[in-house]
Amino acid sequence: MQLTQRAKQVDRRPMTFVESLYLWNIAKGMWITFTHLFKKRPTINYPEQTRSFSKVFRGLHVLNRDAEGRENCTACGLCAVACPAEAITMEAAERLPGEENLYREEKYAAKYEINMLRCIFCGLCEEACPKDAIYLSQTFAPANYGRKGFIYKKDELLIPHPVNDPQGYQKAREEKSGKVK
Amino acid sequence: MLLNIYIDWAFVLEKFLLVAVIVTLSLVIAMYTTYAERKVAAWLQDRRGPNRAGPFGLLQPLADGGKLFFKEEIIPLASSKFLFILGPSLAMITATLTSAVIPWGTSLHLFGRDISLQIADVNIGILYIFGVVSLGVYGIMIGGWASNNKFSLLAAIRGASQMISYELAMGLALIALLMMTGSLQMSVIVKNQVANGWHIIYQPLGFLIFFVCALAECNRTPFDLAEAENELNFGYHQEYSSMKLGFYLFAEYINMFISSAVMSTLYFGGYDIPFVNEAAWNIDANLLALIGFAVLMAKTFFFLFVFLWIRWTIPRFRYDQLMNLGWKKLIPLALINMVVTAAVILWLKK
Repeated sequence: MQLTQRAKQVDRRPMTFVESLYLWNIAKGMWITFTHLFKKRPTINYPEQTRSFSKVFRGLHVLNRDAEGRENCTACGLCAVACPAEAITMEAAERLPGEENLYREEKYAAKYEINMLRCIFCGLCEEACPKDAIYLSQTFAPANYGRKGFIYKKDELLIPHPVNDPQGYQKAREEKSGKVK
Repeated sequence: MLLNIYIDWAFVLEKFLLVAVIVTLSLVIAMYTTYAERKVAAWLQDRRGPNRAGPFGLLQPLADGGKLFFKEEIIPLASSKFLFILGPSLAMITATLTSAVIPWGTSLHLFGRDISLQIADVNIGILYIFGVVSLGVYGIMIGGWASNNKFSLLAAIRGASQMISYELAMGLALIALLMMTGSLQMSVIVKNQVANGWHIIYQPLGFLIFFVCALAECNRTPFDLAEAENELNFGYHQEYSSMKLGFYLFAEYINMFISSAVMSTLYFGGYDIPFVNEAAWNIDANLLALIGFAVLMAKTFFFLFVFLWIRWTIPRFRYDQLMNLGWKKLIPLALINMVVTAAVILWLKK
């Protein structure tokens, strides 16, 4: 009974004399490998060249600032609620007088952590955010030596300051996922 | 005076320099054959190969060698230590010894002296090569035995029996060649080819048998059953580590280089430049000798490439197939080749 459609009859005829000398078949095989010497290599030399991502590639998160360099986040917790992987933790704090140039509203995130080993890069945090305070960029998490290194804190997530480091800020904005360049 | 022997110091110095140059050269070429092996393997498989250490990865062999030197050296407690160290040393020594009788070119005229580019033009050149190559079996056998590991021993026995069986066919193929030249001297064999055309024209079958046997002698794919690195995790050098392992692997590459040089010398005219009569050129003899050397190197590198090419094309033979091919195909073919050559030579002489 035939079990699959792909079954093939095995050729069990004894080798002819020419075949038993192996030479002709070896020559055929060597011709095949020889043609591969001149084929184009599909390899991309990774650190020097990178394969371009799709425009909607969702990578590392960025905590956004407004044009004056104030953090947008108000620690409302909607991103943490939306997160299906429960990767986001945060602690809120009240803005003190004199910190108006640091935080846009009266409440801000004193601690904001994303565990990149838990994160599934779905982008629901970005969708949940009412303040445009978090978005996904087109870079991905670099390797690390320990698990602790994958828990990204505010200093790793925050976008460069637009006034102090306008070039860094511009570059980070351009890596925004879904942005049409 | 009995002890008043005249020593030609210039001769001693000249030979010493030549030995140093040839050994260094074969070591460097063997080193870069490891690089070429990886590059060719990559190209045949549509990859790029090593390209990180230095430009085009050219420093890769140095990195590999350095790594091997810094690896921990493990000598198994139950091994016999003397033989364990002797094994790789023997493999290395026999690999470098064979280069002595290969004529690397005609002679140079320097400082009023005629310096032959052959270290020792002995009249038993080929026999010497055979003798030294068969000593190479001891490197494998002693290594496998001294490791005190039954799998090493089994692999060593397999390797030894393979080398011995293929030496027979190799020798028989050579007899036909020797009947044509009438000499075992390597320089005479090359001169005969310069005068009468390359031996490959007269002995294609003999060359084929010789080539297949050379593959088997060097333990190269498709006859690398002594190592079979991807199925029997290593073979006779299973217990070796650090540079001792490196010596075994390195000796194999030197053997490849030497056997390529021997094949070019015996069948492809040695330092003879193809399709031209270089004796009619009116150029400096020294320059001609260097060109001849370069030509021999080009032929050798071609054979080295074929060695690599075959390795990355053909799968390994099964052991019974190996023995069948050796004893039931190659030896009868070599015998027929020998008899036919002898008959033709007799007929031509009549």
